Amino acid sequence: MSTASLARSEYAPENRSWYKRNEISVTPWLFMAPAILFFLVYVIIPIFQSFEISLFSWDGLGPREYIGTENYVELWDDPAFYTSLKNNVIWLILYLLAIPAGLFIALFLNQTVFGIRLYKSLFFFPFVISQVVVGLVFTWFYDPTFGLFNTIIGWVGLGPINVLGDPTYVTYGIIAAGLWPQTAYCMILYLTGLNAVDPEQIEAARLDGAKGWKMLWYVVVPQLKPATFIAFVVTIIGALRSFDLISVMTNGGPFGESRVLSFYMFEVALSEYGFRMGYGAAIAVVLFIIMLFFISYFLYSMYKDERGR
Amino acid sequence: MRSILKASAMALVTSAALATGAFADGHQLSGEMKIFLDTSNPAPRATFEGVIAQFDEMHPNLKIETTIIDREAYKTQIRNFLTANPPDVATWYAGNRMLPYVSTGLFDDVSDLWTGELAEELASTKAAMTIDGKQWGVPYSYYQWGVYYRKDIFDELGLSVPTNWEEEKANCQKIVDSGRKCYTIGTKFLWTAAGWFDYLNLRTNGYEFHIALTAGQESWTDDRVKKTMANWRELIDMGAFIDDHTAYSWQEAIPFLVDGQATAYLMGNFAVDPIKDAGLTDDQLDFYQFPLITEGIPMSEEAPTDTLHIPSGAANKEAARAFLKFVASPEVQTSMNASLGQLPVNNKSSVNTDDKFAKAGFEMLNKAHALAQFFDRDAPAEMAKVGMEGFQEFMVRPDNVDQILQRLEKARERIYKN
Repeated sequence: MSTASLARSEYAPENRSWYKRNEISVTPWLFMAPAILFFLVYVIIPIFQSFEISLFSWDGLGPREYIGTENYVELWDDPAFYTSLKNNVIWLILYLLAIPAGLFIALFLNQTVFGIRLYKSLFFFPFVISQVVVGLVFTWFYDPTFGLFNTIIGWVGLGPINVLGDPTYVTYGIIAAGLWPQTAYCMILYLTGLNAVDPEQIEAARLDGAKGWKMLWYVVVPQLKPATFIAFVVTIIGALRSFDLISVMTNGGPFGESRVLSFYMFEVALSEYGFRMGYGAAIAVVLFIIMLFFISYFLYSMYKDERGR
Repeated sequence: MRSILKASAMALVTSAALATGAFADGHQLSGEMKIFLDTSNPAPRATFEGVIAQFDEMHPNLKIETTIIDREAYKTQIRNFLTANPPDVATWYAGNRMLPYVSTGLFDDVSDLWTGELAEELASTKAAMTIDGKQWGVPYSYYQWGVYYRKDIFDELGLSVPTNWEEEKANCQKIVDSGRKCYTIGTKFLWTAAGWFDYLNLRTNGYEFHIALTAGQESWTDDRVKKTMANWRELIDMGAFIDDHTAYSWQEAIPFLVDGQATAYLMGNFAVDPIKDAGLTDDQLDFYQFPLITEGIPMSEEAPTDTLHIPSGAANKEAARAFLKFVASPEVQTSMNASLGQLPVNNKSSVNTDDKFAKAGFEMLNKAHALAQFFDRDAPAEMAKVGMEGFQEFMVRPDNVDQILQRLEKARERIYKN
């Protein structure tokens, strides 16, 4: 006991402040505090507020009335909800095409010829322009009277197809528009990933006689795993929050056939005719649960990776 | 030095003169006044800027700040700015469209303006501005709906303006046979289809049924609604409407009329301006009243009213009230609506007789049995949305009619239950 106090008086002055004494453990929290604060205020708390609002009948302006799970009950047999859910699933599946497409464009561009930087930036271009512009460009592309799309399929004797006005094609038409920038995004992820591919392994594989598809599948793609993971994450999340393209291209139509959950939520709660905050919040909760499923999978696999290291 | 003195003396004199002018006007308005407008189309925008400049000149101590918001965006932004950052004056629409803001106390009760002379002058729209026995705004303009048609093509085919349903269909058959479509329409934003439903319903079942239906008192599976749909279907089956209308907005549907692929457009009078801009002249474009369908049903028309309101959170309600009065006055109504190409609400104003569409509309509306606002202004917002989506689906898949009406009926049961 006496030695300890002696040691302290000998090596450290007694009058160190509380902060100085705890510097190592406190500083990280101080640095994180602004981020934590904003994350709480703008993400975490609103999630719980959405849960709460989904139990009310509320027009967003007047007093609200507690109605329990009635919003969810109504959602259960709302055909528009199932249309949106079905479209969300189509989006999720088809949007993943951006990953292989991005990979192949990246492989194609991963060479050193004159002007390759220019070609790369041209391929990256659709990701740089706003989604609203992408939507408008594709709306004109699909236009049944003057659109390029119908002119092209006219050459092979097909059409005219009113892509955005026909309930059977509309969702696919919008997804095609969405794939354009998303492919560019995946491409850039893979291009950076390809820089990290170990040339010695390629060399070794080549000596062992690997080439073509086998080379790609067994040697290159495994080394691109981190890039694939990120591409997967951004694509899934991009598909689930697809909103701007739908809003610009079809406004959810024709007769609501191109809606997805996020758009439907906007429509019932916030659009011109929407005054049902509670119902919108209930849709948001369902969307959140779907997203949570993917997010927890991503977090879990990230956690596994970190521990495996 | 001298010039500065001179200038300041001049300024003093002019401000004194202006001040006395303002005093003569009653009392002086001061402070700031914020006006939010949804008049983003070129003609309405210029009109309002002119009116505001005029008002500004009359009240030199009042600082007016005008914000013009895109017409479609305004419809979703209004609830945000009414609650968070209310202006002193805001545009909106009459009828049920103002109910959400009235029932939550976001619009100021302006019944005090609806007294004396002004009330008499605006009497025709009083009902549309009244909720719970009070008035919540002041109308500045209204306009007729009707069929805008290509007179030159009608002449070429030897058609005359139809006055009843049989003639309308006979005309349409000839137009279709000539390789054209009878009507252009763009249903991407849904409400254009509601125009068709409203007119068919007004002519098939009358104004009273329209009001009862939009107020939720009649069933959507009623035989009378089915009759309306059956009439509509006759046109659809005939191929009367342009193809692919779900892909177009109302503006994008105009070229079909202009290049003669379609011969008529059921629309509000605001369409005349863009149609003429697209290249049609007064000789080519004309207007007729939607023809009679059921014998004995008095002719009622759609005449949506555009209005000005004072948010209850307004800071300068005195100036706002003065502005509303100013806009509603006969002279301002006359000049304003002449440049809008619409109809003045004040019965002491006059219609621009050079504008044949305004003139025709004015005559038609004066003879009307009753005036409906429009489907999405007479019905509550949710019902309007579901209903218009149903109409659009019906225009593409008329076979689904029973299913659509059942869906609307289910929505009605839910929406009006409170």
